[in-house]
Amino acid sequence: MYAQMVKTARSGVKPRDEMTEQERAFQDRVDANEKIEPKDWMPDDYRRTLIRQIGQHAHSEVVGQLPEGNWITRAPTLERKAILLAKVQDEAGHGLYLYSAAETLGVSRDELIELLHQGKMKYSSIFNYPTLTWADVGAIGWLVDGAAIMNQVHLQRTSYGPYARAMVRICKEESFHQRQGYDIMMKMAFGTPEQKAMAQDALNRFWYPSLMMFGPPDQDSVHTAQSMAWKIKVATNDELRQKFVDQTVPQIEYLGLTCPDPDIRLNEETGHFDFTPPDWSEFFAVLKGNGPCNKDRMKARITAWEDGAWVREGMLAHARKKAAATAAAE
Amino acid sequence: MSSEWPLWEVFIRGQHGLSHRHVGSLHAPDAETALRNARDVYTRRNEGVSIWVVEAAHITASSPSDKGPLFEPSESKVYRHPSFYDIPDDAGAM
Repeated sequence: MYAQMVKTARSGVKPRDEMTEQERAFQDRVDANEKIEPKDWMPDDYRRTLIRQIGQHAHSEVVGQLPEGNWITRAPTLERKAILLAKVQDEAGHGLYLYSAAETLGVSRDELIELLHQGKMKYSSIFNYPTLTWADVGAIGWLVDGAAIMNQVHLQRTSYGPYARAMVRICKEESFHQRQGYDIMMKMAFGTPEQKAMAQDALNRFWYPSLMMFGPPDQDSVHTAQSMAWKIKVATNDELRQKFVDQTVPQIEYLGLTCPDPDIRLNEETGHFDFTPPDWSEFFAVLKGNGPCNKDRMKARITAWEDGAWVREGMLAHARKKAAATAAAE
Repeated sequence: MSSEWPLWEVFIRGQHGLSHRHVGSLHAPDAETALRNARDVYTRRNEGVSIWVVEAAHITASSPSDKGPLFEPSESKVYRHPSFYDIPDDAGAM
């Protein structure tokens, strides 16, 4: 998902008889669906895992602006441009909500950004793929935001209060993102043969990377169990991936496009679609920094941060000067 | 000197005359910028008609460990609720 392969300190769930009294009381609160709030006691590993997860999620929102931002100046109509601008602006807001949630855990936003720039924190693998045509903007809204919503809807019930509240806001805004993406896909799929071919091409390129967004298969996902016990993960990678496939296949059919997986078919027994899993070696390569756009993305982020430093410093200096002058006049 | 902007908490009054409600936070160098940024981030879809911002460092919050002493006493005071009193139907609407 937007947070993939978030490491917890251990694999497997800490057994109850190994917990301290404080940890047991904490787990009881989580089990009773009570929200954990910033000043409440929490296990160090819970705090650390959350910082990693929320931080990665926040970075993804911000880096996620880059592939779509690429098309703002080239949107085909003024209306599409205004829509895309609004969507990309939303992503900046989502980054802000999430950084704020992470900050309640005792880490600052600047520290998180620093860790990203040093390569010590990650963002979602999906944003390392290029947006080659306008149809990609449609495919991203439809598939990438669609996959993100799958996960975020569950996270509205996560145990950490500030994270859950950020998710509520994000989910409200995210549904516009997915619908505008599908709207672009409809326009193109029902347009000229050339437009339809572009839509098909975008689907072909974004299908497997979208499936990868949910993270590795459950059997290889050693951190899932503890995160689920803490309710900072509410559904497993494979569950969400299956749900996404089941929802998306009929949408592909409606568009008159073809799923790039030739073996995809409805399993009459399970009622779910059987599908070919993505190439996980590609996923791990992208996560390691070897996707098509990793270097560009990081360069764009670092440049923006460094080139903006004088503005941040100047505004703060001005605010301090003004505050001092006001204090002196009183 | 740190160049990190201070944190502000944002409160918005919705359309229907309700109280300002906490909606989130942001970083800004001063109150004026905080207000402008709050407008850009938190009222992009007609969420409000008025904004308050307050520097997070100026908020005094109750501590989680005081939850018992602060809030438990009211649990036993059921007579503070209208449903505590049985008024016969014959007395009419009340």
